[in-house]
Amino acid sequence: MTNSVNEVLDAELLFVIGSNTTEAHPIIGNKMKQAVRNGTKLIVVDPRTTELATMADLHLPLRSGSDAALINGLMHIILREGWEDREYIETRTEGFEAVEELVKKYTPEVVSAITDLPEEDLFEAAKLYASHRKAGIFYTLGITEHTSGTSNVMNLANLALITGHVGIESAGINPLRGQNNVQGACDMGALPDVYPGYQKVTDPASIARFSEAWGVPVSDKLGLRIPEMLDAAVAGDMKVMYVMGEDPVLTDPDANHVKKAFESMEFVVVQEIFMSETAKLADVVLPAACYAEKEGTFTASERRVQRVRKAVNPPGQAKQDWEIIVAIAEKMGAEGFDFLNSEEVFEEMRSLTPQYAGMTYDRLENERGLQWPCPTLTHPGTKYLHKGVFPRGKATMVPVEYKGPAEHVCDEYPILLITGRKLGHYNVTTRYSALLDSINPFEEAEINPREAEALELVEHDTIRVTSRRGSIVTRVQITDRVKPGSMFMTFHYRESPVNELTQSAFDPITLTGEYKVSAVKIEKVEWKDEQYEDEIHRFKRLELLTH
Amino acid sequence: MIRITIDGIPLELEKPINLLEAAKLVGINIPNLCYSPELTPYGGCRLCLVEIEGRRMPVASCSRLAEDGMVVRTNTPQIREIRRELLNLLISNHPMDCLTCEKVGTCDLQRLCYEYGVTTPSYPYDPPDIPLDDQNPIMVRDQSKCIKCGKCVRVCREIQVSNVLEHVGRGFSSTVTTAGDRPISRDFCRMCGQCVAICPTGALTNKEFAGYRPWELKKVRTTCPFCGTGCTFDLNVDVKNNRVVGVTACEDAPINGTQLCVKGRFHTDFISSEERLTTPLIKKDGEFVPASWNEAINLIATRFGEIKAKHGANAFSGLSSARCTNEDNYTFQKFMRAVIGTNNVDHCART
Ligand code: SF4
Ligand code: SF4
Repeated sequence: MTNSVNEVLDAELLFVIGSNTTEAHPIIGNKMKQAVRNGTKLIVVDPRTTELATMADLHLPLRSGSDAALINGLMHIILREGWEDREYIETRTEGFEAVEELVKKYTPEVVSAITDLPEEDLFEAAKLYASHRKAGIFYTLGITEHTSGTSNVMNLANLALITGHVGIESAGINPLRGQNNVQGACDMGALPDVYPGYQKVTDPASIARFSEAWGVPVSDKLGLRIPEMLDAAVAGDMKVMYVMGEDPVLTDPDANHVKKAFESMEFVVVQEIFMSETAKLADVVLPAACYAEKEGTFTASERRVQRVRKAVNPPGQAKQDWEIIVAIAEKMGAEGFDFLNSEEVFEEMRSLTPQYAGMTYDRLENERGLQWPCPTLTHPGTKYLHKGVFPRGKATMVPVEYKGPAEHVCDEYPILLITGRKLGHYNVTTRYSALLDSINPFEEAEINPREAEALELVEHDTIRVTSRRGSIVTRVQITDRVKPGSMFMTFHYRESPVNELTQSAFDPITLTGEYKVSAVKIEKVEWKDEQYEDEIHRFKRLELLTH
Repeated sequence: MIRITIDGIPLELEKPINLLEAAKLVGINIPNLCYSPELTPYGGCRLCLVEIEGRRMPVASCSRLAEDGMVVRTNTPQIREIRRELLNLLISNHPMDCLTCEKVGTCDLQRLCYEYGVTTPSYPYDPPDIPLDDQNPIMVRDQSKCIKCGKCVRVCREIQVSNVLEHVGRGFSSTVTTAGDRPISRDFCRMCGQCVAICPTGALTNKEFAGYRPWELKKVRTTCPFCGTGCTFDLNVDVKNNRVVGVTACEDAPINGTQLCVKGRFHTDFISSEERLTTPLIKKDGEFVPASWNEAINLIATRFGEIKAKHGANAFSGLSSARCTNEDNYTFQKFMRAVIGTNNVDHCART
């Protein structure tokens, strides 16, 4: 996030696009609702009628996957009406002309036809956003998980830049991070192209820095991203995968392809807290400590680094993840892994990561976390980014063309499947909480009353959902939160593994899976408990209800 | 600039704040049961009454803004007598089962009665006939212990913005309950537990803490593992049994303050789940067999060595984790880059 969570409360306008914030980031969602209660304006762009959408001044239920056209259309209107911030564009950005040129053809008529939104609403949204200074953009999975995901993010930046909304309080461009430490994992260089602190692996200066610090030569070759790793595995070129704390078989799109990749590898090691779907395919499974058994730090979406503290001992022989890695490294004869505790790891990390250089465990303790960039021991951390100047001088705008989703509905697969999160669950871990699981014990795919009627379905009936890639069974919930012709499912349930249906068409830049849009067909089937439900969880739930 | 005096202590204020907050600034905590700095003042419990010089009647300090020149007294014998009488009225209408009440030790009513020496109710108690509402996983609602302070109503309306709870009726027979007096259910409640956390008595209690006394639990401050918001809270630990019992919020959390969602507040039973992995496992003939750390690490180091020698470093890939700590992620990518020698490292949710 360029800005901080609590700045939401002082915003004049919130522009929420592709984020079901009250379900996926409940406390940020609460703050948005509190702000709206106190008069902040709200625009929600989402094909579903989410809780926030019901409170919005303007809800734009666009056709799924048409975000780029919508944003271009808004810029078209803003420029046509002269609502842009000329001075900001001239002093702080470059590349404006190309954007201006491209959006010329995105007239309200054209955009209305692509997005299925009335022209008046487009005009109103452009006006609201451009006319409020403290106007923040918020987005999450919805907008990045399309084949045009990264370009969507760049396009939101274009919109924010032409209106001068970056570098001021309660505004900015704010990606809400899905998992608790996505921000930190990226900051730490758990990415194929960068070292910690986003230092490029191909840059001679960073190569020199890290090979010297670590005392070994390092590769100057860009690494593979997950989908490329999996493709390489299927092709027989990838022999080993070492997985720490992720479950790609359940959470990555096109699960059958992922499974095949794992089965093709020679040696797979999975470090986990539970026997995950991925762990089942491993050669060696190592028991890891969970967050309540660890010392360390997480980095929140607002770039705030905060302490994680050990409350209990891990079960059995489980160990902290970094300790397990150290054991393997040392067995392989590596040097530079003699960390005595997590603080020593943090100290080495900050010596190599400029954004974190001024942070210590003591400071994090005494100052209730610190927001990066925090380059020196006396720096107070950074509440919002890009005040006055961008890191590279001027912000570059790149025009983004609308391309349309990779998969369309057709006669055979007439329904558009959208996937996302549910309030009570977080990926898969929360399913192991008997308490949380009892609140949302099974998938309830949302379908529109029109489809329900056509198939003679009532609440909690069972349907089979089939795409070009797979077929699964789920119970349904009938609601007009979803539009006719579309349906919604989450990826929390291994009994209804929705990623067997989703496609692996990838965003060419970040390769984020296109979870959002898949064409499916549905049919009614009979519910058979023993066949579809996960035995262990059902057992636990019964226990919970009877005691 | 607003100049006031509270119990003889002079105080200067930039802007008009309520007298209860002003008193806090000079270290005076005015007793109350219905006030919270995050919520609209309600002035219902009357315990925060103070005397203002020149005014005949005491006023509720939570709902009165400081004005220049005010001289305020918070703790005169008359005020203490009124508070005692108010507390007496409250406990006269309250089941006095403190010995077994789940709220013992964190109950504000109990604490204030102790402070004011209110020991026995002077009026007879007529127990109401309202069944317990406990058919949900998170809370027990015992309306007989409700003092109608309305904190839960306001927290649900103003902080959770869900409007699940409301005051019904007036006067002695009024209640605080759900619309239509239905039992709490996920159909209309977000299960965030904020009402439970703010309730000053045993009317709303957290099921996870049932059977534990608060002084037996150790609090450990940490960060929520469930989404990128970054809420911080205290894990409450039963040290003897190495078990996290539940979660309490902490006011000074920089992002969330006292707010938590259903996941943050009610997830902790997964930590001690029976299904946690407890030992290394090595697959032999398609079946996992428990192994020692030594065996497992030896096997991994050997296999990694062999495969690297045969196919090179780029036949390796590593999936790091957006669920793990920065320290875990740093060590992981260092291992892939410095020990294996490849940049093939990524993590799952690139969002
Ligand atoms: S649990 Fe949350 S949503 Fe439900 S009644 Fe309490 S405050 Fe309201
Ligand atoms: S308490 Fe809820 S909103 Fe806060 S970090 Fe945890 S899951 Fe996210």
